[in-house]
Amino acid sequence: MSFEYPEDLKYMDTHEYARLDGEIATIGITAFAVDQLGDIVFLELPDIGTALDKGEAFGTVESVKAVEELKAPVTGTVVDRNDALIDAPEQLADDPYGAAWLVKVRLDQVDDDMEDTLTAEEYQAQVEGE
Amino acid sequence: MTESLRHTPLYDLETELNARMTPFSGWEMPVQFQGIKQEHQAVREKAGIFDISHMGKFLLQGTDVLPQLQTLVPSDLSNLQPGQAQYTVLLNPIGGIVDDLIIYNQGTNAQGTEQVQLIVNAATARKDWAWLQSQVQDRVQMTDQSEAMVLLAVQGPEAVERLQAFVEEDLGAIDRFGHRVATVLGQPGFFARTGYTGEDGFEVMVEPEVGQALWRSLLDQGVAPCGLGARDTLRLEAAMALYGQDIDDSTTPLEAGLGWLVHLDRTPDFVGRSVLETQKQEGVVRRLVGLQLEGRNIARHGYPILHEGDEVGAVTSGTLSPTLGYPVALAYVPTPLSKVGQTLSVGIRGKEYPATVVKRPFYKRAA
Repeated sequence: MSFEYPEDLKYMDTHEYARLDGEIATIGITAFAVDQLGDIVFLELPDIGTALDKGEAFGTVESVKAVEELKAPVTGTVVDRNDALIDAPEQLADDPYGAAWLVKVRLDQVDDDMEDTLTAEEYQAQVEGE
Repeated sequence: MTESLRHTPLYDLETELNARMTPFSGWEMPVQFQGIKQEHQAVREKAGIFDISHMGKFLLQGTDVLPQLQTLVPSDLSNLQPGQAQYTVLLNPIGGIVDDLIIYNQGTNAQGTEQVQLIVNAATARKDWAWLQSQVQDRVQMTDQSEAMVLLAVQGPEAVERLQAFVEEDLGAIDRFGHRVATVLGQPGFFARTGYTGEDGFEVMVEPEVGQALWRSLLDQGVAPCGLGARDTLRLEAAMALYGQDIDDSTTPLEAGLGWLVHLDRTPDFVGRSVLETQKQEGVVRRLVGLQLEGRNIARHGYPILHEGDEVGAVTSGTLSPTLGYPVALAYVPTPLSKVGQTLSVGIRGKEYPATVVKRPFYKRAA
């Protein structure tokens, strides 16, 4: 099976992504992760105003098969949360890089170089090597 | 050292369908094909087929086979006629469950030899084999067919009709828990009206080539290939116990809600009887109950059950019921807290979520 790995995203080896737009990062999980999880039934996301620390857990995604912690790819403050997705977490499977984003975060450091993250190519190499 | 995983004769046909495979009890088995929810729904509404060839299949032949098995199980086998089957448990001396299994009485063959088929769990097949070997006498010959035969479960409201298309004899004439040898695709097969989904259907044991052909034929008929994922959600909705999770060597059938297969008044002496007698007289200390949760969090195996802040038990199995739309779980709780309607809570990742004791099964098909 082949998955999309949009070039404009920064990837975590734990399958979260960040899309940077100025001081705002949109956080989600990858199509590969969604496929691995299978039928997703539950999503727990932080309230607006919550401080996230890069690499630390900020929520959970649960499928019939497994429950996984979500790890923050950036350090900052949650400014928006996808409540529609919390009500219908199965929609994560439809558009993980678009409508099914999880949270938007205002970065603490706008000039974050994201040096701990993977490029699309690196991430693809990692998951397809698994 | 990792032991290499065994493959059933259907392995290539499953990987052809892009099944997601998983190690299970020493076998590499399909966990899902299209997705757990879809497969689950196919079995509840139409028909699905499961490769369960990994299960232990023992053939017992000889003299006084059932009377010898009777000393190992709490269910009365004296009225088990040829063509009938009994779901029961092997017990250890402390009344704990060695395994749950189905005993199929196949009657007497032309040579006058009694024949009994046992189907046991894959994870416990070796343990069961050793236990049975140590308990039955020379007059019973045991043959392990586990790797030699294919076992398919065809389950769902349309299962019998779909299967009938390839079988000469009338499958509708076989009662629930009945079985017979019938002709499938021109070859002999063992057909039992049993299952692990809460739906009607058959479990079919055949030679590998026949099994492969039957798998293909049923898929062509629109029967959905299903994996272990859907098998687990289906059995859990039907509140059927999973060995190693809900029942094990330390749980007795009376604690596990399997009292209906303990026939103390009718059954002569069997291993573990005195423990069950005491439990029956004094009552059990803990019971396996069904729980309904709010929200969508799954209470998984091992999560604590809390009552007024104290940990009082543990979840043994849990899922978000695809049919009912809410989370359900099985858990051991102290008997005083086991009544239907009792409110408890489940600790999920450090938070408490309310749960209510409900009747089992969670799902029951329309009669």
